[in-house]
Amino acid sequence: MSCRSEHIRIVDTTLRDGSHAVKHQFTLEDVKSIASALDEAGVYGIEISHGDGLAGSSIQYGWALYSDEQRLSSASEVVKNNKIAILLIPGIGTKKDLQRAIEHGAKIARIATHVTEADISEQHIKMAKDMGLEVMTFLMLAHMESPGKVLEQAKLMESYGADVVYVVDSAGAMLPDDARARVGTLKEHLTVEVGFHAHNNLGLAIGNTLAAIQEGATVVDGTLCGLGAGAGNAPTEVLVAVLDKLSYKTDIDLYKIMDAAEDVMRPRMHRPQIIDMASLTLGYAGVYSSFLLHIYKAAERFKVEPLDILLELGRRKVVGGQEDMIVDVAYELSHRE
Amino acid sequence: MNENRVNVAIIGPGNIGTDLMYKIINRSKFMNLKLMVGIYSNSEGLKRAHDLGIEASSNGIDTVLRDKSTKIAFDATTASAHLKNAPLLERAGIRAIDLTPAAVGPYVCPIINMDEHLNRPNINLITCGAQATIVIVAAISCVTKVKYAEIVATIASKSAGPGTRQNIDEFTQTTARALEVLGKAEKGKAIIILNPAEPPLIMRNTIYTVVEEQNKDKIVAAVEKMVKKVQEYVPGYRLRVPPIFDEDKVTTMIEVEGVGDFLPRYAGNLDIQTSVALAIGDRIAEKLVGEEAKSR
Repeated sequence: MSCRSEHIRIVDTTLRDGSHAVKHQFTLEDVKSIASALDEAGVYGIEISHGDGLAGSSIQYGWALYSDEQRLSSASEVVKNNKIAILLIPGIGTKKDLQRAIEHGAKIARIATHVTEADISEQHIKMAKDMGLEVMTFLMLAHMESPGKVLEQAKLMESYGADVVYVVDSAGAMLPDDARARVGTLKEHLTVEVGFHAHNNLGLAIGNTLAAIQEGATVVDGTLCGLGAGAGNAPTEVLVAVLDKLSYKTDIDLYKIMDAAEDVMRPRMHRPQIIDMASLTLGYAGVYSSFLLHIYKAAERFKVEPLDILLELGRRKVVGGQEDMIVDVAYELSHRE
Repeated sequence: MNENRVNVAIIGPGNIGTDLMYKIINRSKFMNLKLMVGIYSNSEGLKRAHDLGIEASSNGIDTVLRDKSTKIAFDATTASAHLKNAPLLERAGIRAIDLTPAAVGPYVCPIINMDEHLNRPNINLITCGAQATIVIVAAISCVTKVKYAEIVATIASKSAGPGTRQNIDEFTQTTARALEVLGKAEKGKAIIILNPAEPPLIMRNTIYTVVEEQNKDKIVAAVEKMVKKVQEYVPGYRLRVPPIFDEDKVTTMIEVEGVGDFLPRYAGNLDIQTSVALAIGDRIAEKLVGEEAKSR
């Protein structure tokens, strides 16, 4: 168990995971204002990428308004005290994309794979380490596998050089005991730090993050106002307040992070970040949170029910990145009648 | 040797090499599988070849180079091994059909450009994702200019070997380039996803194109015609979702099921490569048989 004076590092991913909630339409002014407010408040890592990582801008995942390099350059102009992070999902982004991101100011590389596919990240992790970056790795949709399997994959990432291995609840499907079991197993058997990334589809983003911290996670993610895929992430400002009440150290100024959420983020939101029926079903069925807005779009295009698409996706065991299957399912449902 | 057949060798008796062995034995019209070589004497693939009465050797490529009757060699090893094998095969006058991502020779797709390259010493089969998708982009390119092509290939985790896993960037970069070079898209992008679901899923490919003219009927007809052509050498190649039009965007979805010669049926990504190898090998062999007959 953790002692209360323990230091917890927070990576804010408003400008990456939050990008899903604005359909990847952040302007460079949004990037500068949000990154600057996070830097001012003292957030350890500020993640900037397309929601699906570097090179995610595509028909499959949605076009971003600006390139990864443009958004990184804008953030680099204003981030003075803390570190800029990027996300890279092998299979979508490549080492070339990572190289360019480093040239544009990235200091933390976050390399993500599906929870069973850690071995596709070896080259990217090694390259980021060789170039002097801090490397945090993600095992996505970690609720789909047992703690033992998560550990097996985490050990691979550790062996490639990861500094932190994250348990990522991409579908917001975990209950606190699920988070505890996975983080606890990793903490017991890894020598590197353990991280946790939550989604709020079951209303447990803060609760699960706290459970993870109590099991020894020392790096956790949040977004301003909880902006993010599905029902969103753990709201950074709430996380800071909760950790402050529990006497954990985050080095983040509570008032400043609350101001960043209220004055900088909230006016820029496209839709309220709530747990509606579809996002609740994402969590309940264990489907990748980023699918939400794509599901609404396909439901409208093919005149079918979002929930029917969602449940079929859950049945087919789709993994992160398979947004094309939403169209496949919607097409099939529309031709069933 | 049958005078209507050309002797060929397979280098690399792994899953791909073994599947190709069965394809040549069961389906080839112009090839006689003379040799199967590897570097491990306990190889399961070599044992299978031996049991089928094929000369199997664990002395690697040297056995192929010394065999004066072999005219075509399929390399199913790794990119780094093929970089070493390619010049040796060329010096020995043996045509190389390269199933690795080494890309020593030109990218070749049976339908798009095979006949241009029949005399080349070395031919590269690109990637499974490219073979499954560039044909669709090429079909659409015949109707209208394709300004952008993006493909998403989803394969079962079990069908992705260590080579693919360690070099996943090679897949995306090579496939994207093939969309431009052979698909004739102005710009290409490729994404690959590994899915561990059980039972394993059949290979799926989504092809998005941004077109200049939305000539719906012609595009649908061109895609359907192309699917039929591919089915001639990849029987499990199927149109799952015919072209869907959203303004200038066209979405087409393809499923590739293997025929199960050796590899499981879900591994359409591997089957399409061995099927392409068989089709190209047979075409080159047919030509060599014809030349031989003329010179007699």
